[in-house]
Amino acid sequence: MKPIAFDPALCAGCTTIDCLMKCQYLNFCGIDDARTEKLSINEGRDSRVLHECLTCYACQEYCPYDNNPFYLLVERQEEKGLLPAPRPILEEQLRMMAPKGRIEKKAVTAPVVDMCAFPMLTACIRGRLFENASTIVGTDIFCNIMWLHFARNSVIQERVPEAIGKIMAFYMGDAKTNELVCFHDECYGTYTSVAKAYGISVPFKPVHLFDYINRRLDTLSGRINPLNQKIAYQRPCSNRLSPETDRVLDEIFKKIGVERVPRTYDRQKALCCGGVPRAHQRDELADELVEKNISDMQKTGAAYCVFNCPFCMATLGMEVAERGLMPILVSDLVQLALGE
Amino acid sequence: MISGLIQRLEKIVGSRFVSGAAEELYLYSMDPGTMPQAYPDAVALPKTVEEVAQIVRLAGELKVPVVPMGAGLVLSGLTRALRGGIILDMKRMNRIIAVNPMSRYAVVEGGASQGMLQAFLKKHHPSLKHSMPDAPPIATMAGNMCIHGSGHLSLLGGSHSDMLTGMEVVLPTGEIIRTGSCSVSPDWFGRSPLPDLSGLFLGWAGTTGIVTKLGIKLFPNYAFNDMLIFVCEDADAMPDVISRLTGVQVAEDMTPWMTPKPDWAKGFLHINIAFGAHSKKELTFKRNLLQASVRHYIDQKTAGFLPLPPTQKGRFLKVPSPDLARFADLRRGGGFEYVGAMMAIEHFPEAYRAGLAIAEKFQVSYSLGARIIGAGHAMMFFFAYAFNRADDDDVRRASLALEATNEAAINMGGIPWKAEMPVQRQIIERMDPETFALMGRIRSVLDPNGIMNPGNWEK
Repeated sequence: MKPIAFDPALCAGCTTIDCLMKCQYLNFCGIDDARTEKLSINEGRDSRVLHECLTCYACQEYCPYDNNPFYLLVERQEEKGLLPAPRPILEEQLRMMAPKGRIEKKAVTAPVVDMCAFPMLTACIRGRLFENASTIVGTDIFCNIMWLHFARNSVIQERVPEAIGKIMAFYMGDAKTNELVCFHDECYGTYTSVAKAYGISVPFKPVHLFDYINRRLDTLSGRINPLNQKIAYQRPCSNRLSPETDRVLDEIFKKIGVERVPRTYDRQKALCCGGVPRAHQRDELADELVEKNISDMQKTGAAYCVFNCPFCMATLGMEVAERGLMPILVSDLVQLALGE
Repeated sequence: MISGLIQRLEKIVGSRFVSGAAEELYLYSMDPGTMPQAYPDAVALPKTVEEVAQIVRLAGELKVPVVPMGAGLVLSGLTRALRGGIILDMKRMNRIIAVNPMSRYAVVEGGASQGMLQAFLKKHHPSLKHSMPDAPPIATMAGNMCIHGSGHLSLLGGSHSDMLTGMEVVLPTGEIIRTGSCSVSPDWFGRSPLPDLSGLFLGWAGTTGIVTKLGIKLFPNYAFNDMLIFVCEDADAMPDVISRLTGVQVAEDMTPWMTPKPDWAKGFLHINIAFGAHSKKELTFKRNLLQASVRHYIDQKTAGFLPLPPTQKGRFLKVPSPDLARFADLRRGGGFEYVGAMMAIEHFPEAYRAGLAIAEKFQVSYSLGARIIGAGHAMMFFFAYAFNRADDDDVRRASLALEATNEAAINMGGIPWKAEMPVQRQIIERMDPETFALMGRIRSVLDPNGIMNPGNWEK
């Protein structure tokens, strides 16, 4: 297994230990305690962090040196056989999401939108926002980043190059565009952050959905009917891998006339939707996260709860709707503003 | 064909509801299982209990067998006319007679279907439900009750025969009798404190009488419902897992399943656990109790609950479950049968391994599973095989697999459920001889002419 890009010297010189001190789920008795735990992780020794981590990706964003603290942590979990979820849960999901060899070559035209492994989402690619778009989808091109939640970096390293190879061989190799629009933050995070950390070559140019939509709204500006609504945004864990795109989302919201209401749990303080802790068999924690998220949204008076992650929406959507907010994906919200 | 039988039946139920036509007798000669055809001489569809009694008296006079039939879905051929005679199709006697919402029971006619009661309660008593089996909705409640069926509330209420509160039965000699409280009182609340005569008609494969009315228990239909899927990698752990999960007594239904399809499920043992509550808070409390009961396995990382987002739970909460029907058509061609064996929970690992070995030996498509009965008091372990009825070799292999499965189930201390005639004989061989002798004496008292579904429960 290739080592990840990680420099222990950067941690040694770190004065804030933000990766742990900013963690919203673990408590430390001061910075020295956090430093001790971090040093243990770095040196391959046991640490309570390896056992208690929620795998929310946030430390990846908190690190001021881009020193991949989260990827290192997951790698250590795997080395030590510390499974966040029971073995049968992991094994079944590994099989469910394995490449099935059900892929056929097809001609694609720009914009090419990567829908990851989720065919049910291809219906989102419609209207002027995605005019002339081609979609690619299936477990053979699954981005595999989810294994960060399950202490299986090795699967990422094994399957991601294969998926990239298939994307090129079956779709992008003959395309007249080099841009691959990633519908989901996870795919974008894989082809940018994870690929960089593991030295995986990415021959196409990944484009974040927000960048694509933002550009497209410039072209379609004459068609925008501002929505004049307050929205609460549920920032997903995988956006921690491309925090710069969160600012692009603000631009999108501004263009379609919605106000991203200030929440306690947004931006860097975004809370997990609760989906992953359920896989880790921590349902009571998951319940707490769901409640915190939704009551936080309700306090703002927002009419919509906006998701970019389909899994967050699947986890929270029904409960959000029961509590009076309309759950909606970013792309659908934009299409509302475009009258589609 | 007995001379004048059709005409005499027509006089009782009307010409529209009797048939001796070859094409109709063909349809009534079999069920969807693997048992060979057996042709009746006539089919009659009575509308009233008096008509049933008249038909039985006629059959007694002519010494013609009578085979009562609900929807004909038993799969083990119990409603085939093994010695010819009249198939008494009960589907016209399908009224929902009464629902007592306070004492939570319903009184229905012998041909009323599961789907009819489910729809009736949904419309008129949405706070109540009955225990639906995972059979097509046209399956009748009386049929299912008489074979000791089980369903979606069996963890709570036991076998469906345990949910029986009383019956009206036409005896083989034509008398109409009642069992349970309704034999004394206008209310059908239960079978105690009287001598329990209902057992004379439960599990007898229609050899002792014809059920024309029955009272069945109803249960609260919760406003909030949820389900969990527990996944385990070790068959030997299953009895303990089931014991722990049932021990907290909050679930309504618990159904283990083991199947090679989809691919991701192969080799793992799953348990679907359904539970309901009057509030979300109560629902969460129940979920926490269930999860805590098996925390030992979760902490060891050897088992856990599948993470299912709320949006994916809907299909698992459907009653009846569509999954068995999906499996039934796996091989196309309309063939599906299973051995369901009632047995003690501790035989789970043995039953699982036997099922795998038999499927491998006979190269049949299989699905293994169970329904837990009561608070872990027993289980109905099923070994299901799908086959293509148009493929003789497929049918032959499925038959051999079923035969081997019945034998294996009996050998491990189980008792095949709704056993087909050859398996009844296997059971009789193991049965205490005095018990079987008593069965014979009871039958000869109730049915002196030997007309009721002959060929069943006989040596």
